[in-house]
Amino acid sequence: MTPPAHVLIVGASAAGLSTLETLRRLGHTGTVTLLGDEPHPPYDRPPLSKQILAGAWTPQRAHLRPAAALDALDATFHLGDPAVALDPASRTVHTASGRRHQADAIVVATGATARTLPGQDTVAGVHVIRTLDDATGLRAELTPGRRLVVVGDGVLGCEVAATAAALGLDTTLVGPQQAPMRAQLGPRAADLLGLLHTANGVRLRLTTTVTGLAVDGARVRGVETTDGQVLPADVVLVAFGATPATGWLDGSGLTLVDGIVCDAYCRAAPGVWAVGDVARFHHEGLGRDVRLENRTNATEQAAAVAADILGAGRPYTPVPYFWTDQFDVKIQVHGIPGPGMHTEVTDGDPTAGRFVLTYHLDGRPAAVLGWNMPKQARRQRQSLLTAMTTAPV
Amino acid sequence: MKVTVDQERCVAAGSCVTAADDVFDQRDEDGIVVLLNPAPTADRAAAVREAAAICPALAITVEEGRP
Repeated sequence: MTPPAHVLIVGASAAGLSTLETLRRLGHTGTVTLLGDEPHPPYDRPPLSKQILAGAWTPQRAHLRPAAALDALDATFHLGDPAVALDPASRTVHTASGRRHQADAIVVATGATARTLPGQDTVAGVHVIRTLDDATGLRAELTPGRRLVVVGDGVLGCEVAATAAALGLDTTLVGPQQAPMRAQLGPRAADLLGLLHTANGVRLRLTTTVTGLAVDGARVRGVETTDGQVLPADVVLVAFGATPATGWLDGSGLTLVDGIVCDAYCRAAPGVWAVGDVARFHHEGLGRDVRLENRTNATEQAAAVAADILGAGRPYTPVPYFWTDQFDVKIQVHGIPGPGMHTEVTDGDPTAGRFVLTYHLDGRPAAVLGWNMPKQARRQRQSLLTAMTTAPV
Repeated sequence: MKVTVDQERCVAAGSCVTAADDVFDQRDEDGIVVLLNPAPTADRAAAVREAAAICPALAITVEEGRP
């Protein structure tokens, strides 16, 4: 097959940039255009809640590639101009500034946007953390001694709570689960994570749902919970999940169900692919549709999509992976821990603060977690590779 | 080619080891990258480029050409 003369990538974050880079690495010499909604050059998001928020890195250090490396990709970047509509039939994308881009192949990599509480945009002191500007904005408010309430007990909320507590803020983490990150880690590791936070001074308000913000004038003074309390706050971070950025695709004819629904090759329509946080693809190994909001997926899926665009595609069957660094603990998770799984410590010792936990469901390996044992956890990943690249019986 | 790693940036994912375990390893104690061979031979170039591309921390730099 003839490679497409013009590839248009909508989204200039990790997934979009990786698609471009892989196309070039595979020898593609055609025209590539990359659109981004933010004015910044492509940057990396995992450091936002850690090194950037802690002030350990300058914002520039989060840039994905130096300017010279971006130039060498020989692509046209249009940054700061969000896409507003897509016509899959003519493969045309319209942008906010009124530009029209027509291409032979389109890759949608628009990511996700942070969920918010009703009305929070108009209240000072309430933040989300999704973009570089979000991170620097929150950073400016994190003065030691102030009271920070983190709304949300997932990865992002936990990382921000850890960063803020280490900076000397009076930090409260509030969320609906029985332990932080319980959905991502399962009960056993989540309980240990809760202990880690408590030991480092974070106040946990578990099994608690936030109903709204308490406001004093134009500024937040606390968050209201279902049990009728107000948790006092000088600063609030809202981190209870993200929504795939598909609003601009309403009416496009693409199937949108919590993301862009794609096949096993990440194809959403003829000549249209989706990649990264926004893509819900059919994972043949797991036998179901999944959407993965993690950093390594952005890169790995981009590589799969780039290969498919050039006619060398294969079904995309990754072993999902994420890491999180909180206080002095590095957690690595391969696979997808879930409810009702049998867990077993297969290396190290939880009481010593270093261990590997394996998860099985119905006798089948489902996940491996490393707690300060990254190398040892990766070595046990092989069992998942076999389980996830072959279809369930 | 010449390979360098930035242990400060490394997040211990170990993706590089999966891609090229003769060039990269991880420290036993904390999983941080260890460079086994800063000057891989040409037949390993594709695997090393892939390792650099998939590193989620952008901690691997590859300079093309003779070491």
